[in-house]
Amino acid sequence: MRGILGKKLGMTQIFKENKAVPVTVVEAGPCVVTQVKTKEKDGYSAIQIGFDEIKEKHLNAPLKGHFARAKVSQKKYLAEVTIAEGEDYKVGQVLTVDIFSEGERIDVTGISKGKGFAGVMKRWGFKGGPASHGSRFHRAPGSIGACADPSRVFKGKKMPGHMGNERVTVQNLEVAKVDPDQNLLLLRGSIPGAVGSLVMIKESVKAKGKSAKRGKHA
Amino acid sequence: MDLIETIEKEQIRKDLPEFRAGDTVKVHYRVIEGSRERTQVFQGIVIQRRGGGLKETFTVRKISFGIGVEKTFPLHSPMIAKIEVVSRGRVRRSKLYYLRKRVGKATRVKERR
Repeated sequence: MRGILGKKLGMTQIFKENKAVPVTVVEAGPCVVTQVKTKEKDGYSAIQIGFDEIKEKHLNAPLKGHFARAKVSQKKYLAEVTIAEGEDYKVGQVLTVDIFSEGERIDVTGISKGKGFAGVMKRWGFKGGPASHGSRFHRAPGSIGACADPSRVFKGKKMPGHMGNERVTVQNLEVAKVDPDQNLLLLRGSIPGAVGSLVMIKESVKAKGKSAKRGKHA
Repeated sequence: MDLIETIEKEQIRKDLPEFRAGDTVKVHYRVIEGSRERTQVFQGIVIQRRGGGLKETFTVRKISFGIGVEKTFPLHSPMIAKIEVVSRGRVRRSKLYYLRKRVGKATRVKERR
């Protein structure tokens, strides 16, 4: 599987085939392979990739040693991408945005914006009650169960609580444009997280056939 | 945000005339019907310009057979073949929504010189 780490820069729109297309701009890569994990040695096969430069003084000794052994510069973020048999990567190899092509389908993983402690209307889309006409039931969740039977609240009941700031994956986004000169990927639609947050871009697990590789416009 | 601006810059059109709310313009809009392409002209008063950068749009209002018609165009759309400024209007606000409530003579806009 191909994958790359990037930073969300924000949204805009571009004109493509005379139509306005909403896009998210991601500064992705260049990423360096810092470790290759093999089935024999680690029990599974994957590559570890590093993204974004960092000063050496911000690293602890184990990480310094890890980068020194791989003979690569210090990186801020590390992440793993599982690889299938037959995919060949070497330590020190550089991955750039051109591993993806225009029209291809990809999945994006990031940490969503934190919303704090949210009520049921915001968190679960409950309808709420009337705002006026003497109503005293506005944004409350209402009844959370029946009576003596079952005399408990079911597990997984939608209730108020912490919302956002969790790992979210958006599947099957289209790559609208690739700019290898500036390491930019333009992805159609929105992706999780705030501007400046780290995102992982991988090839789509669900897209099949033509659209998976080339996209319907290619 | 400067990287986003550079992305937008590529597609921003510099061939369009300067115009603002109150001006009367002719918008030559390309219409694609199957494989045929022709140009449609929409003439009216610009009642608003909104948004910035590549996302900027403008709205043109005209009275067609007694019915008010408004069309909003993306300013930098490649579908706009040409914009002609017919006359310049002198108005005191940037959004001329008040024109929607007016009919006949009251919808006139003074010319700017």
